[in-house]
Amino acid sequence: MRILVGIKRVVDYNVRIRVKPDGSGVDTDGVKMSINPFDEIGLEEALRIREAGRAEEVVVVSVGGDECQQQLRTGLAMGADRAIQVSTADSLQPLSLARVFLKLVEKEQPGLVILGKQAIDGDNSQTGQMLAALWDRPQATFASGLDLTGDTATVIREVDAGLETIEVDLPAVITVDLRLNEPRFVKLPDIMKAKRKPLDVIALDELGVSAENDIQVTQHTSPPQREKGILVEDAAQLVTELKNRGLV
Amino acid sequence: MSKTLIIAEHDAHELNPSTAKCASCAAAIGQDYDVVVLGSGIDNIAGQAAAIDGVGTVHAIDAEHLASPLAANHAAEVCAMAEGYSHILGPSTTFGKDLMPRIAALLGVNQVSDIAAVTGPHDFKRPIYAGNAIVDVQPPQEVAVVATVRVASWPSAADGGDAAIEARAANATPCGHTRYVSLQSGGGERPDLQSANRVISGGRALASEENFELIYKLADLIGAGAGASRAAVDAGYVPNDLQVGQTGKIIAPDLYVAFGISGAIQHITGIKDAGTIVAVNKDADAPIFEIADIGLVGDLFTVIPEMMQLLE
Ligand SMILES: Cc1cc2nc3c(=O)[nH]c(=O)nc-3n(C[C@H](O)[C@H](O)[C@H](O)COP(=O)(O)OP(=O)(O)OC[C@H]3O[C@@H](n4cnc5c(N)ncnc54)[C@H](O)[C@@H]3O)c2cc1C
Ligand SMILES: Nc1ncnc2c1ncn2[C@@H]1O[C@H](COP(=O)(O)O)[C@@H](O)[C@H]1O
Repeated sequence: MRILVGIKRVVDYNVRIRVKPDGSGVDTDGVKMSINPFDEIGLEEALRIREAGRAEEVVVVSVGGDECQQQLRTGLAMGADRAIQVSTADSLQPLSLARVFLKLVEKEQPGLVILGKQAIDGDNSQTGQMLAALWDRPQATFASGLDLTGDTATVIREVDAGLETIEVDLPAVITVDLRLNEPRFVKLPDIMKAKRKPLDVIALDELGVSAENDIQVTQHTSPPQREKGILVEDAAQLVTELKNRGLV
Repeated sequence: MSKTLIIAEHDAHELNPSTAKCASCAAAIGQDYDVVVLGSGIDNIAGQAAAIDGVGTVHAIDAEHLASPLAANHAAEVCAMAEGYSHILGPSTTFGKDLMPRIAALLGVNQVSDIAAVTGPHDFKRPIYAGNAIVDVQPPQEVAVVATVRVASWPSAADGGDAAIEARAANATPCGHTRYVSLQSGGGERPDLQSANRVISGGRALASEENFELIYKLADLIGAGAGASRAAVDAGYVPNDLQVGQTGKIIAPDLYVAFGISGAIQHITGIKDAGTIVAVNKDADAPIFEIADIGLVGDLFTVIPEMMQLLE
């Protein structure tokens, strides 16, 4: 079985982002970029499945400009077998991304496509569900447990009410949540080895997909900031303050 | 005609409060709105949806294969009845996040995620980067708008409606490829986090499942919901459904009290819309004090018992 893993290059989760003064976007100049944290977990899961002998190949995919090769190399250093960059200067909205993944699915015939539950820049949480719809295959979103037996996957999903278990036939799309696993650290020799692993570049139009970003984004603004309030000395003052404000 | 369809969320016993919040968003869009309830044995739920103020018609699709909320089955039904609706709304709960993009893709449109404000029928505000930026987005006019509604941004629509309920037959065949197995619910009898007026939360500092009883006791004393940071969930002190934040629940209670939570941006994202934020932390430099309305530098293990004594 082959596993496709989506990897998005995003502003590192530790960076405090700022909206550009002219509202045209978010300032990413000189900012640390990383693999979307959910995607790192998705890749870790794929590697564990391969290491358990249930998959032969793990392919990491990123859609973006050449700079995303950096994240693909990190994915190869973590242990992916090969990488595909679908090259485009535009940042695609989820439906176009799902169409890209569908084309790759047709080419690569994976048993599993593992994506993050959301990209922490756009916070869309759409791509995996959309791919599953277009492919007419099962989706198991927000996975915190994954168990493969034969041609089915049993997935534990983190939902608002608790933990839901579903069973899906393969091939399927899984989107992963934070508690699925803890990704491994990349070791130096692996970074050297990753340089020799194959990284194919496919132009977006070669796949026959166009960037249909039909939702217009016109203005970025900073959210209202909360002000620092008062400090109280002890529990008694705290309770008095809460009572005065009618909160308890 | 332009009309909005709201997908109801429920657990077969009760309509989820998120549905009445979607109704507020639908009212802001300014068109007539209907609700569709999908499930098995849903007369009671349809009745609750009909009581939401302003709802035109409640469509009830009752079929055995809709008993569990599998996105593939529900999406097929919604798409089969989508014609005539210019807007299709679901909540930004895990139910809506799972289902709505599947509907959007089948209809061939991108989704607007997490509508926080409506400035026009095709003009919305939504948060990105964990709420650190807000964007104005305009989906195209000529196709359906499929969107999730950021429930923490919207009040519940009032009761008092008396909508007609129309039963509809299921249209699509059940998908064979996905099977519901079970739900392990963490929740006890405490108020639902996403609709509670008060929430008491604990972080890594609680240090054990047993110690978390302190949080529960205080919460019960004032009728609050209980929440937690990701660190507390990861460590196994509490079940996952208590997590508040970017990857947990985004909430907006009147009162939020954080004990032993440092205030990472991913946590703050989940509580920014709270009325009053209280932080108790023994580190005076903890970032949570930057945004707390009332701060107390102290040890939670002494502060909580003292508070309980004063509140009893
Ligand atoms: C992609 C991503 C998504 C995330 N999503 C979320 C999310 O949804 N929700 C979330 O919460 N986190 C989330 N996180 C994790 C987040 O970054 C923090 O790691 C987490 O919030 C820390 O939890 P904490 O404040 O309980 O623990 P810590 O940061 O360890 O803080 C513990 C605090 O307790 C204080 N303390 C210790 N002992 C006592 C005592 N006896 N009395 C009083 N105070 C005491 C300490 O001073 C400290 O400030 C996410 C991270 C990533 C990367
Ligand atoms: N440009 C991209 N390249 C590769 N994978 C992506 C890209 N954008 C999104 N994805 C995948 O889709 C998931 C969900 O993204 P989103 O729907 O944007 O929240 C991410 O966690 C990735 O796994």
